Amino acid sequence: MANLINLDAATYKDLMQHYIKTQDEKSLYQIEQVSKNFIKNNILPEEIVNLHIQALSELYPNLLEDFQHSMDFLLEAMISYGLAHQEYQKLREEQYALKSEISVAASMQDTLLGTTKPEIEGLDIGVLSVPANQMNGDYHHFVKGKDGTLGIAIADVIGKGIPAALCMSMIKYSMDSYPEESMSPRNILKNLNRVVEKNVDPSMFITMFYAQYIPSESKLHYSSAGHEPGFYYNAENNTFEEIKSRGLVLGVSPNTEYNQYELKINKDDMVILLTDGVTECRDGDRFIESEEVLDVIKKYADLPAQEMVNQVYKHFERLQNFQLRDDFTLMILRKRV
Amino acid sequence: MKPQSCVNINKEWDIVGARQVGRDMAKKLGFGTVDQARIATAISELARNIYLYADSGQICFEVIENMQQQGICMTAIDTGPGIEDISQVMQDGYTTSGGLGAGLPGVKRLMDEFDLKSEEGKGTKIKAVKWLR
Repeated sequence: MANLINLDAATYKDLMQHYIKTQDEKSLYQIEQVSKNFIKNNILPEEIVNLHIQALSELYPNLLEDFQHSMDFLLEAMISYGLAHQEYQKLREEQYALKSEISVAASMQDTLLGTTKPEIEGLDIGVLSVPANQMNGDYHHFVKGKDGTLGIAIADVIGKGIPAALCMSMIKYSMDSYPEESMSPRNILKNLNRVVEKNVDPSMFITMFYAQYIPSESKLHYSSAGHEPGFYYNAENNTFEEIKSRGLVLGVSPNTEYNQYELKINKDDMVILLTDGVTECRDGDRFIESEEVLDVIKKYADLPAQEMVNQVYKHFERLQNFQLRDDFTLMILRKRV
Repeated sequence: MKPQSCVNINKEWDIVGARQVGRDMAKKLGFGTVDQARIATAISELARNIYLYADSGQICFEVIENMQQQGICMTAIDTGPGIEDISQVMQDGYTTSGGLGAGLPGVKRLMDEFDLKSEEGKGTKIKAVKWLR
């Protein structure tokens, strides 16, 4: 380090001498490079002032004493800047460490909450879930039953970031522990509600939509715990309608019962499930209307379900200047035959 | 070894007195301008802590030496409230320094050695050393 300063001292002196003679731009450019080197090697401002003082006294041994004192004065004034610089440096390193720790947590979350999109005969499924920050507070899950039915969960923790993500792991493991044959949507929500009510901080709420698709009957059974309503696309009439359902969000009251509804699905019909990160996209200061979501979906309706979902996401990502404000999860199911 | 000299800190201007004693000693020992300025800044921080948070206290200076080198040792002793959470005050960005890089972490950076003992309700003793290179 001391050697480095000496080397820089020589360079500094030469450059300054040259500049004093010529006032050329080249010397200024070179000192710019030296200065970057100083920063890289953590040379503090007071040390640079000192370099200057040394260079001056070597070049001008008979420099006015008053002027020398003024330079010492400047050096003194730089000490606190040097300290502040070191503090920022340290804080920046800490921030970097924190960020990489969170990204480890995020990839662990991906592994823990991972679900594979199942292949169901006659059903085209598209799904995409993107966190606003590093960790996702949305959750979706597919369960393929032995009897050929498909369980579909989509959930959102009110709040985002790490607490929301931790909460979701609990939901996932509760659901994994249920024996599949006995589980209708209403029972799943009823059970989860108890788990959430017992284990989660009262300030945290979880909304969930749970559906079970029964291919042999072309029917969707579903229940909702205060979740953002999805949409049903009726291909025959070419109309969208909201999937109506009522139910209290999870975790409010221990003995909540949930209603279960039924929807008949015909060829080319679509079921669109989402979280409020989709419907509460913002265009500037304006929240978008749910019709706008449907318009965008319509625009891409000719594509396979996964492509549709991807395109819709791209549309809203761009609309929001590539900065999501909330976790975004969109799922489209289309009956092919 | 030279006798130690101490400065009592009761009012803000005593900080200046402490800086003066410390700087003179550093200059005599042969510290360069940059290190003199750093030692003086560390003295300011120590003395300000006494002035702001303790009723009274003092800073003592002495010349120390080991086999290879000479140095200056400063000891700040006060009978103030003590420090409840030492790790916290030694953390960068802790509020009292207001993100200005000073405070006790600043003293630690400015000096070569730093030691702190504190007892709640009784007071604090801080020792800081700078070696002459």
